[in-house]
Amino acid sequence: MPAEFYYGVEVFLNGLMAGVMYSLVALGFVLIFKASGIFNYAQGIMALFAALTLVGFQEGQIPFSHLINAIFGTELHHFGWHMPAFFAILAALVIMIIFAWLVEKLILQHLVNQEPIILFMATIGLAYFMEGFGDLMWGSNVKKLDIGIPQGGNFWIEESTAFLGGPDFYGFYLDTLDIYATFIAAALVIALVIFSQYTKTGRALRAVADDHQAALSVGISLRAIWVIVWAIAGFVALVAGIMWGAKSGVQFSLSLIALKALPVLMLGGFTSIPGAIIGGLIIGVGEKMFEFLIGAPLLGGATENWFAYMVALVFLVFRPQGLFGEKIIERV
Amino acid sequence: MFYREAGEFKTSYRADQQTFPIGLDKLGFYTSLLIAFVVIPLTMSEYWAQAVFLPFLIFGIAAIGLNILTGYCGQVSLGSGGFMAVGAYACYKLMTAFPDMNILICVLLSGGVTAFVGLIFGLPSLRIKGFYLAVATLAAQFFLVWLFNKVGWFYNYSASGQITAPERTLFGYVITGAKAETLPIYFVCLGLLVFLAVIARNLTRGAMGRKWMAIRDMDIAAEIIGVNPLMAKLTAFAISSFYVGISGALLFALYLGAVEVGEAFSIQKSFLILFMIIIGGLGSIFGSLVGAAFMIAMPVILKNLLVTSLGWPGDIAAHLEFMIVGLMIIVFLILEPHGLAMLWRIIKEKLRIWPFSH
Amino acid sequence: MSMQSAQSAQGYVTADGRKIGGPVMEMENITLRFGGVTAIQDISFDILEGEIRAIIGPNGAGKSSMLNVINGFYHPQEGRILYHGEERKPLKPYQIAYQGIARTFQNIALFKGMTTLDNIMTGRLTHMKTNLLSQALWWGRAEKEEVENREIVEKIIDFLEIQTIRKTPVGRLPYGLQKRVELGRALAAEPSLLLLDEPMAGMNVEEKEDMSRFILDVNDEFGTTIALIEHDMGVVMDIADRVVVMDYGKKIGDGTPAEVRSNQAVIDAYLGVSHD
Repeated sequence: MPAEFYYGVEVFLNGLMAGVMYSLVALGFVLIFKASGIFNYAQGIMALFAALTLVGFQEGQIPFSHLINAIFGTELHHFGWHMPAFFAILAALVIMIIFAWLVEKLILQHLVNQEPIILFMATIGLAYFMEGFGDLMWGSNVKKLDIGIPQGGNFWIEESTAFLGGPDFYGFYLDTLDIYATFIAAALVIALVIFSQYTKTGRALRAVADDHQAALSVGISLRAIWVIVWAIAGFVALVAGIMWGAKSGVQFSLSLIALKALPVLMLGGFTSIPGAIIGGLIIGVGEKMFEFLIGAPLLGGATENWFAYMVALVFLVFRPQGLFGEKIIERV
Repeated sequence: MFYREAGEFKTSYRADQQTFPIGLDKLGFYTSLLIAFVVIPLTMSEYWAQAVFLPFLIFGIAAIGLNILTGYCGQVSLGSGGFMAVGAYACYKLMTAFPDMNILICVLLSGGVTAFVGLIFGLPSLRIKGFYLAVATLAAQFFLVWLFNKVGWFYNYSASGQITAPERTLFGYVITGAKAETLPIYFVCLGLLVFLAVIARNLTRGAMGRKWMAIRDMDIAAEIIGVNPLMAKLTAFAISSFYVGISGALLFALYLGAVEVGEAFSIQKSFLILFMIIIGGLGSIFGSLVGAAFMIAMPVILKNLLVTSLGWPGDIAAHLEFMIVGLMIIVFLILEPHGLAMLWRIIKEKLRIWPFSH
Repeated sequence: MSMQSAQSAQGYVTADGRKIGGPVMEMENITLRFGGVTAIQDISFDILEGEIRAIIGPNGAGKSSMLNVINGFYHPQEGRILYHGEERKPLKPYQIAYQGIARTFQNIALFKGMTTLDNIMTGRLTHMKTNLLSQALWWGRAEKEEVENREIVEKIIDFLEIQTIRKTPVGRLPYGLQKRVELGRALAAEPSLLLLDEPMAGMNVEEKEDMSRFILDVNDEFGTTIALIEHDMGVVMDIADRVVVMDYGKKIGDGTPAEVRSNQAVIDAYLGVSHD
């Protein structure tokens, strides 16, 4: 086998790992969409906000210090302590749960029964608000996030696969962080599936997804369910924020993973958990392979920016409900 | 009391179908034209022209365009930034390929090119609806920006990857290039805005507008009463893109002068224009302009207030701007989905019956 | 079926002296299936010019599906549809509108963001032919056409007695008035066949009487051919000239109200005799 082929395999594996991360983010969308019919554009900003909060707690930053300094002329910056990663994650999780509660209380409650597109635009507004709020709270400089996951190329895999491809092939280059991220994301995906299929809350959640009024009539609290799904989405955002933040720093571009998840959803169907997972893998592998085979050599590269969207767009024209979505029936 | 229609009787349907059937409104309209064409040019400073008035006029055109598509026809688009880029690059290619062509014709043709591109990206709208379509329009946004970034032909293989507007004159005044003068640019943009706003108003108050609104309010019923959904949606996409394209061409040629596509026409621009029409009012030409004015002026005022007067760091003002915009979007969607234009209508209603409550 | 009236072939004169003409629409052996479910099974009937034709039946009888077939929203798997004597090819719903078929909906399908006037004006769209340029400049034909059609619409507004809500967004109107506006929108198309989908559904007695009066007046004044479906038998028997009765996707009766009323199969269907 020529070395080219093995580099192709390497691209494929990297695509698969990226795809798992896309699946994870997409899952956050699917949960909220199923339970409340809201297409949450702010999911990416939530990941950024969660990561910012985590770093803030870890480093002992004083929230809103820039604003306080500007108003009162003080020079506050740090509490002067460092929180262990575990506690910082817990604290960030608590913040995300409070956030979920506030979103339900201040926004969702007032937008019940609105058209989906209005709700969608409201979450764009939420995304803008949170972007400003997160930066105001923790500052907008790029931050390093380190919770102790090793980084860099995995030598063991590289060395033990080098024999495959002859003299031009040096083994598969896979980032250790990506491998960790893949396993954590996969574990989380499985946990969420188990949660929604086998727990009482999960059943209630699916009942709400099926029919709001019917769920209400059997005594399920819609509002409690909404807080729960937004909190879960916050948790998913936190995990995604940690993985992505550890890889490339906590900064605005982190929120763009949401834009990556959107085509995944269109492909997989907004209401389908398996759809999100398989859609994520297809997009992850597809965009890396396209870039490797066609984009970089023929089109000048950076096709990852739009490849997923074009695939989703073309796909939707032929199958508007996505791979696994429920068939849309039009009635008079 | 102050604002009234009492004593105004219409004796023909023609008179009743005017844009401003109430005398006071007509007066208001002519007054604002007077202010826009005479008072502002006489009094504005270079800073306010560059910071507020020119961007307002240019983005006002884009906002009207998006409102036709989203507010009237109900098809949400997040690709306006990409379509503005089409207008800008079309204008650049036309200006450099045909140096003798009148700049106004270049701009209008750029709108035409954008209309065609919009038509193509509008095709999926027959199958995809609601936010599925909104997300699908992101494909246009990302793909177009990538295209103009990667394909050298579009920027004439310039080393920087930027496009730069060559110098062009209109009636002897330089309006593009390094030596462009602000006042002529202002009049060109204002003239185009007024012209395009009137056309948009005419289209939306007649048969075409009714087709769009029928599709927006209930597409199946619209089809059954005889609206061809594909035609209605595609004309909305094309006309909307025509406006957005002209706006992009003006932004590039008359306002910025030089453009880097990823920066000038990013997805943030798409959101900016969407926010203009949400805050201003979906389904209102007047609202599009109010929203554009708000979204352009607010950051400038905030910056003047906090940074210049209070001496705060610039980034805090920027963060606050994001928060305010986000908050306004949510508040308007919750309280008044028809935006500032509806608030204005309610105020007029109150004034009409003042001092009574009914 | 023995109850089938011999008079249906080439028109007749009703008891109140209206002349009923030749067939506007003939349904021949229509069968419609959704997957494995047969919604309509081998049904034939005709609608004659100038008559009020009702299709009745219990819930789930296939009435709405029948209306949607006439309307071109569903395409039957088997059978022929003759419209003004010519076989109709499968058309898109909007093309059917241009052929002169207008309808109302069981669940009101008005354009909620538009005023009463604009809603009824949408009914005139099939009659408006101005090009885009003329509309954009509001010049020449566009304005003339707008005024001409406005005059027709105003006549309908007068006829339906809804002058006062002319410029009210329909979303704010009460149910009964919305139904009336919807009828106005269908009338504005000056249809050669008007379909009414449960026009009395959800109305109180008074509103039902109003609506019956409007239906009779439309038929009387404009000579419009009307096909309506309804599951309230009482009202239908009063206003319809001829009635088709459906049950479980099949036609179980067809004829004048008096004939249908004495049909044993119809009585069974409405009294709920078990099907076996």
